[in-house]
Amino acid sequence: MRFELNDEQKEIKKAVREFCQKEFTPELALELDKKEEFPMELYKKAAKLGFTSLRIPEEYGGQGYGVLEECIVVEEMCRVDPGLGTAVSLGNLMIPDVLLKHGTEEQKEKYIPPLARGEAIAAAAFTEPEHGSDITRLDTTAVKEGNEWVINGNKVFITNAPIADYFIILCQTDPNAQPPYRGQSLFLAEKGMPGLDVEKLHGKMGIRPCITGSLSFDNLRVPENNLVGELNRGFYYTLELFDGTRITVAAQAVGIAQGAFERAFQYAKNRKQFGRPIIDFQGISFKLAEMHIKIEAARLLTYKAAWLYDQGKLDPVATSTAKAYASRVAMEVTDEAIQIHGGYGYLEDYHVERFHRCAKITEIYEGTTEMQKLTIINQLKKRMII
Amino acid sequence: MDIIVCVKHVPETAEADVRIDSTGKSIEKTGLVFDINEWDDYAVEEAVRIKEKLGGTVTVITVGSEDADSTLRKCLARGADKAIRVTDPKLEGSDGYAIAKVLSKVIKDLPHDLILTGAQAGDDGYAVVGPALAQLLEIPHATLVKKIEFKNGTAVVNRELEGGLEEIVEVKLPAVLTIQTGINEPRYVSIMGIRKAREKEIKVLGLTDIGLSENEVGEAGSWIRIEKMYIPPVEKQAEFVKGSPDEVAAKIAELLKAKGLV
Repeated sequence: MRFELNDEQKEIKKAVREFCQKEFTPELALELDKKEEFPMELYKKAAKLGFTSLRIPEEYGGQGYGVLEECIVVEEMCRVDPGLGTAVSLGNLMIPDVLLKHGTEEQKEKYIPPLARGEAIAAAAFTEPEHGSDITRLDTTAVKEGNEWVINGNKVFITNAPIADYFIILCQTDPNAQPPYRGQSLFLAEKGMPGLDVEKLHGKMGIRPCITGSLSFDNLRVPENNLVGELNRGFYYTLELFDGTRITVAAQAVGIAQGAFERAFQYAKNRKQFGRPIIDFQGISFKLAEMHIKIEAARLLTYKAAWLYDQGKLDPVATSTAKAYASRVAMEVTDEAIQIHGGYGYLEDYHVERFHRCAKITEIYEGTTEMQKLTIINQLKKRMII
Repeated sequence: MDIIVCVKHVPETAEADVRIDSTGKSIEKTGLVFDINEWDDYAVEEAVRIKEKLGGTVTVITVGSEDADSTLRKCLARGADKAIRVTDPKLEGSDGYAIAKVLSKVIKDLPHDLILTGAQAGDDGYAVVGPALAQLLEIPHATLVKKIEFKNGTAVVNRELEGGLEEIVEVKLPAVLTIQTGINEPRYVSIMGIRKAREKEIKVLGLTDIGLSENEVGEAGSWIRIEKMYIPPVEKQAEFVKGSPDEVAAKIAELLKAKGLV
């Protein structure tokens, strides 16, 4: 057992850190947090350097690394700024993962390279107004007409929807399937197709440079070869997808916590009260020590889940454990970071309040913490024989 | 054009708490983050740009322990083709002259049209290795270079002088040029670069491999020996300028002029 990144992973970590420290400026972070605007130029720059395509194979224009390397990159980005970090790291989310596993060669060649190069943005549409954690039943339907599928319905909370070029949409294709999730399928759609309407969602608590929107489909027609994988297997593909992407959400949480910790640590060393730096007061120093303990534990859980995935030993318990724990740690650590800053921490110019606002999403998206706990306990019930 | 770049792995001290170690002749290195010397960073970038334009190879050389490999790998990831590291316990205590001897022994057996070094190192700041290396190789040199162009077997370079002046000199190749920061904008390390660097090897050489004896390096082979290192005591020399804004401005201007700052 080795508790150390290899040389190449260390180089990746350093390379992305150097990039983020120069490019993710506090001014840009504050500006885009206010404007709720995607950092397109920054995204393209990061993509050119290969920072957004770690997990995409080289033959499709990516870097051919695993989830662990992706986690390292996501962590470093969110450590410098969680708003810009999530936005940049989610620019091409999910479509390459699904297509690599289940897409046809034609679909892979058409959609993956532009996403790998940062020339196109992806959005994955699962959540519906009435179906958040529970996607076992859907109101969005796809009906076959000739050699096309006709999609009708609505999706909400879709990352990148307003800026996406490609969409992947989970639809009910067999309304009579029992249970209903055995009748769901995934389809690809593209920006500008008639019947596809997008609306930007405003007023998110955090990760505001990461643009979110809702989608409505009014007789959206997609060619039959836009079906991904087998008909009526969409639900299973989606669950399998989350097993990988959830690990990178844990990495976001670790990065957010680390970034807030470092800011609080630095502040505590410099801020003097009662004639000495506040880090010399045990009340503050113990807080910092506890923050460190939590982050370290969260990071190890995250790396372990990633490592298992990369070894082909994917373990939903490890994944959900990492996500549930790391996201809680992100909330607690960013909260304490504000507390250590006192009144200054409550101001946007000291940045830790933004870290706290951004941390919350990690407990919600890609499966709420409650859903992670359900996964954990359902699996353990099957495994534990006492 | 075959280009050699000499690089140094140095601690980042700008924002760190620097302490003197127990010998009193060096700094405490634990807890410090090491990286490529800032000036060398520009030198490597310049070399890679020249190679991309004119073809040829870029070889980076450093003197140091295994830790310095991360600096060499960074250079390889940015486009250098080969890396050489010279290491030996006997090198401990070497000054710039002794390091230049080591580098000259390695370089004389390599094809070289141009040798670049940083103008100085961020740790000891001697700015001596480049000129000493040129002397040992018996080739010309130019220091504090801000721009390089090539013309019929010569390099036409802009040198930075005091007072915002620059001069242009023509240097016969092969030559040593010491590079000033700002000559270019060093590129970021890309993931593709890291992948490519995986295939490239770092060649490690010892003193015997380069034909130097232990008396020629380390303290024995150096002309400078460090007697003592210390953190200068803090002195308070603040002067409060009083008066109306106009008066204050006039006084400040006078003071700056008197100190030769404007």
